[in-house]
Parts: sequence; C-alpha cells; structure tokens
Amino acid sequence: MSNNTPSSNHFVAPLEETPLVAIDAVKVGDRPSNLWIDAWRDMRRRPMFWISAAIILLVLIVAFFPNLFTQVPPNDNCQLSNSNGAPTGEHILGFTKQGCDVFSRIIHGTSTSLSVGIIVVILTTVLGILFGMFAGYYGGWLDSVLSRAGDIFFSIPYILAAVVIMSVFSAYRNVFVISLAIGIFAWPATARVLRAEILRVKNSDFVMAAQALGVSRFRILIRHVLPNSIAPVIVVTTISLGAAIVAEATLSFLGVGLPNSTMSWGNDISQAQTDLRTAPQTLIYPSLALSITVLSFIMLGEVIRDALDPKARAQR
Amino acid sequence: MAGYIFRRILQAIPVLLGTTFLIYFMVFAMPGDPLLALFGDKTPNPALLERLRQEYHLDQPFIVQYFLYLGGILRGDFGTSFSGEPVSAILARTFPVTIRLAIMALFIEFVGGVLIGLVSGLRKGKLFDASALVVSLIFISLPIFVIAFVGQFIFGIQLGWARTTVSSGAPIQDLILPAFVLASITFAQIVRLTRASVIETQSLDFVRTAYGKGLTRRRIIPVHILRNSLIPVVTYAATDFGVLLVGATVTEGIFNVPGVGRTLYQAIIRGEGPTVVSFVTVMVLIYLVVNLVVDLLYGLLDPRIRYVK
Repeated sequence: MSNNTPSSNHFVAPLEETPLVAIDAVKVGDRPSNLWIDAWRDMRRRPMFWISAAIILLVLIVAFFPNLFTQVPPNDNCQLSNSNGAPTGEHILGFTKQGCDVFSRIIHGTSTSLSVGIIVVILTTVLGILFGMFAGYYGGWLDSVLSRAGDIFFSIPYILAAVVIMSVFSAYRNVFVISLAIGIFAWPATARVLRAEILRVKNSDFVMAAQALGVSRFRILIRHVLPNSIAPVIVVTTISLGAAIVAEATLSFLGVGLPNSTMSWGNDISQAQTDLRTAPQTLIYPSLALSITVLSFIMLGEVIRDALDPKARAQR
Repeated sequence: MAGYIFRRILQAIPVLLGTTFLIYFMVFAMPGDPLLALFGDKTPNPALLERLRQEYHLDQPFIVQYFLYLGGILRGDFGTSFSGEPVSAILARTFPVTIRLAIMALFIEFVGGVLIGLVSGLRKGKLFDASALVVSLIFISLPIFVIAFVGQFIFGIQLGWARTTVSSGAPIQDLILPAFVLASITFAQIVRLTRASVIETQSLDFVRTAYGKGLTRRRIIPVHILRNSLIPVVTYAATDFGVLLVGATVTEGIFNVPGVGRTLYQAIIRGEGPTVVSFVTVMVLIYLVVNLVVDLLYGLLDPRIRYVK
C-alpha cells in the first residue's frame, strides 16, 4: 500500500476505515420504497390533492345517491307559473324555463355527466393500452401499422367526429352511444403516451434480466414492461375524464348530444342559453357544477403527474 | 430540405385517405338508408333525397362511392348545401371571416399567454405565479360555450362594451370579444407551457454562461431564455389547432359571426346531416394542411428535425 507519489495517498482509503460489512448492510427495518409509495408520500402532503379528491368523492356520492341531497323531484311538479323564477326557501337556486327546480336538476344530472366521463375513459384506456402497448413493445411493421391508424383517428378532432357520428345515429341518442362517439376518436392520445413510455422502459436492465432468465416476450410485456409504463397513462386518464364531461356538454349544447328528456348538465346549459338576459341563474349554476367537477379531475391529474415525476418534484 | 418536404408530403397522403375514408365510412356504410338517418326525425322531401342520392352516388357499390367522393374533394367539389348553394361557394364567402377571427385569437393568446407565462416562470412560487396557475386551471376546465355566454353577459349586456352579436360585415371591432373568447381556451395551456419551459431553460448551462459573461437580465431574458422556451409552445399551437376549430364553431355560432364555424353550427342545430358531413370534412382537411405546413416550417427553422428519419 505504500506509495511514494504524494497525491495517490488521498485516493486509496485504508481498508480498516470503510469495512465492507458497512457497505453491504441493508437496514432491515426500512420499508421498501418504490415509485408509487414515493408518489403517495408526495401527494398526501399537498392540499390540492385533498381538495380535488374530496370534491370528486362528493360528486360520486351525489351521482349514486341523488336523493340524499334533494327531496324535490327534478321533473315532476314543474309549474310554468314558476318559469325562470327567482330562488325561494325550498328551491335555493331558482327555477328553469319549464318551472323545474334548478338545484334538483343539477343533482339528478350528475350521474349522466359522470357516466359519460367514466365510459369514455374506460374505452380510451383499453384501446389506448392495446394500441400503445403492442406498437411500442413489438415495434417494426406492427408499430407502423398501429401508429398510422392512430394518426388517422388523431387527425379528426374528436368533437367534430362525434358530431358526425351523433348525426348519423340520431335515432339512438343515449349515454352509451355518445360515450362511444367521443371515445372512439379520443384514444390515440393515450396510445401515444404509452408507446413513448414503453419505448423507454423496454431497454431497462430488469427487462434484460427477465430475458436472460428465459421469460417469454409476451410475459415480459405484461408482467414487467406494462406495469412500469402505466404511470403516465393514469395521468392522461384522469385529465381526459374531465375533458369527456366537457365534450358531452358541448355535444348536448350543439343539440346532437343526449335527448332533452335525459337530464344532464350540458342539456340544462343548452336550454338556458336563450334566457341569459332574464334568468342567468339557469345557466350559471349548471355551468358551475360542470366546471368544478372538471376542475377537480384536472387538478387531481396534475397532482398525480407532479408526484410521479421526480424531476417535477425537484423543481417545485 | 427538398427530400424532407417530399417525405413529409408523402406521409400525409395515407392520413388524408384514411380520414376521408373514415368519415365517409361512418356516414354511408351503416345499415339502413344513410340519408334518412342523417335527417333524424325529419322527413325530407323526395326531390331533395333524389338529388342527394345522385350527388353521393348512392346507387354505386360503397368503395366506388368513396372514390367518386374523394375525386370530387380533390377537384374542390364538397357537395351542395341545403339551400342548393355549392359548399365551395359558401366556403369562399365565409372563410375570410374565420381567418380574420382566428388570426386575432392567435395573436391574443400568443402575446398574452407567452407574456404571462414568462413572468410566471421567472417569478416561480411568487404570488403572481400562483394566481396565474389558478386562473389558468379555471380557464382550462370551463367549456368554451360557458366562457362565451359569460363574456356575452358581462361585456355585452351588463357593461355594454361590446355587441353581443356581430354585424353582417364582421368588422374588426365587433370581433374583439369573440376573439378573446376563442383565445381563452388555448390561452391557459400556453401560459402553463411557457412557464414550464422558461423554468427549465433558466437552469440550462448556456443561461448560466450568459450570466457569467456579465450580460444583463434585459438581454438574457428575451434572447437566451424566451427564444429557447418558445419551441414547445409553437409545437403545441399546431396540434391544438383542432381545439381552435371546434371552439370557432361554438364561438361563431353564439356571437353570430358569419364564418365557416357558424355555417357548421347552424347545420348541426337544424339537423342538416349532409351539410354537417361536408363541413366536418372541410375542417379536417384544413386541420391536416395546417399541421403539414407547420411541420414543414419546423424543418426550415430547426435543422435537427429534418435529419431525424
């Protein structure tokens, strides 16, 4: 170990100073940490997460149990003498043009808007994962075919596509058809995000280790690559749930959404537009319900994105 | 460069074929009479049906119909509207108005969005930044028609600063309010993108070098930080042109702007299916062309893009 050049003394540490045991030792009591646990630790410290989660929970409860929140029936007992009437004791947000209770209609319309959002998101996530997964992992001609197909669907703005579909299926306007019309053109965004992430993940060491152990390609994709690439998909999904609710409202506003007999926020806003001058409450309150719900989903998506991205966490 | 342009245009052809085919397929390959389906619960008169049947070549097999239709599009023939006026003539009349509105909206969102995003990014974590983030989130979650109605209500009815509907010639002063409404949808995204991009650029080596050389902030911010932060913002603007098209449909409908969007809006409201299909096709084509042009411009501005396969 004795060396006469003065500088090298600094670089060679004597063995007794750093025992090998200390380097190899693992703290047994430590909880294992991974991306999801880190993300959760980061998220639960942020007020934005709790606010958006609380609003989403409330919206879910309203959608499932509307009668807990209002005793007034939304469509029966509507009296034209109350048309566009101001709020009274029992009817806290006033009346619509048909003399129906605004608050009750908002409460009962919640489940429609939310179901459209959820069905669209299930559809875009399933299609997006299938297309993105195979395109990114197998590459080659399959990637070319799937990505070009995605490009074609991506090149038609999905609301315009939904307008055409809803015009064709004018006889079958219901929650399922409108969700299909929106979802069938909205999936390429998810597929693109997943494909990019899979391209990054599939060259990781753990994939090579699995290959060396002789695990089949498909099994590697399902067990190792996909679970490690799914994080950005969750972000896109949360945000697009909000976007789907807006899309339904826009289609209903244009008159190619759900029929007037179906209660939805979009329908209420659409019917209120002509009375903006005389009865702004019929327009403002459903819009407010819609915006707060959408805002919560977008906020939740942003919080998850920040939590899952260590770079963004460091920058904050 | 010529090779890049050629390659890019070649790539656009399958997408063009695919989108037109998809629209045509959705409308005309469904079981039942596609024309009757397009009219919904209305019953069109037999003469009109007969004219449309000939126009869309519905007596031919599906694939022949599609190619005849595609041939028409390539010659600039998009069919005729309900009033019997050729769609191309309506386009010639309404397109300039929409372009004027779109340019005003793009100007507002870029100047406003980039300025606010820049200040936010430079003052990360301060009050201005926090409020800009909150306001932008609110704008992102508001549907365009709500923004339009609220704008109409506040500025048109209560304050009386603007006309609630645009007069026939669509003069610039009437278009200011609709342009702000149209700008508001993508404005918030531009603020957020610029902010993130400015924060990232600020920490790069060349900015530190510029400070090290003793340059002033007045020179570093516009020349080193802003210029290099704009690339993702411009990329976003191209992909989000589709949102602007849908936004224009709703905005022009609400403010009665005599543009392409209002024509589509009115066709949708009246349930005039065939006209809707023609105009959606036109808008998708515009969207494709804009994206192609932006891509070509990129190759011109940033040589790195040209050489990536």
